[in-house]
Amino acid sequence: MLLIHCPYCEDDRPELEFSHAGQAHIVRPTDMDGLSDEEFEAMFFIRDNPKGIILERWRHSMGCGRFLNAVRHTVTDKFLKTYKAGQPRPTDKDIEDLLK
Amino acid sequence: MADSITAERREIVAGFKFANNAVSIEAAPAASRTNLRATTAGAKSFGKSISLELPTIMHETASKAGRHALKLGPDEWLLIDTKNINDSMVPRLANKNFSAVDISHRNCAFVISGAGAANTLNTACPRDLSLAAFPVGTCSRTLFGKAEVVLYRTAKDTFRLECWRTFATYVRDYLMDGAKDAHI
Repeated sequence: MLLIHCPYCEDDRPELEFSHAGQAHIVRPTDMDGLSDEEFEAMFFIRDNPKGIILERWRHSMGCGRFLNAVRHTVTDKFLKTYKAGQPRPTDKDIEDLLK
Repeated sequence: MADSITAERREIVAGFKFANNAVSIEAAPAASRTNLRATTAGAKSFGKSISLELPTIMHETASKAGRHALKLGPDEWLLIDTKNINDSMVPRLANKNFSAVDISHRNCAFVISGAGAANTLNTACPRDLSLAAFPVGTCSRTLFGKAEVVLYRTAKDTFRLECWRTFATYVRDYLMDGAKDAHI
């Protein structure tokens, strides 16, 4: 079983306690009315599906109940890093360092 | 004038008892329970109203005179009163800086004790329940089978398991199955 580090519980917890909550760092536009249909579609429906690193939201739903962000490798399923919701997106260099 | 009605409290698994060589499982007596969501200041003022200082560190607990406060999340506490079981702990204050909900009748609890208590729980709970990882006085929301539960280690070999009453029969049967495995 995978152990996922919860930044709120500050501990490794079994994956069964967590639920996936989609891609992280999706910024909602402040001016929703100004979007064209294509722009709205891209913002609302289109998500990355990379082979490799992805930034995701997870929720420690059967634990502290908090949403958190994770850097996960989609091939190895490895969680490289988790951090609190609201914290800045890791830079490309941060992610490169995590892969070393 | 209409006669007043007294509602009879019916616990879902009242009187349940099971024991083998390794573990004994009992339904805990009825209790009063409150779920509290609050800021640090809110938790302080709520703690004053029930004269129990609420824990501030995640997964820690505080107990006094039959009252237990369990810190489940950064801003969430579960409060259990095993003495005044029919009294709500929600204070009647005008200015509330917290959200407290009486959940006395939503939850029920099991007490699992004995040398095989952790093994019994581990048949359906993925958490590390060794004393090093889950010391006495620790609490946590977690999973038991498919049910959301709150575990509270009250002694080295004793756990209190709080679950929703709708899950109670499922949890009870699963615990008995687990107890058979822990017994081997």
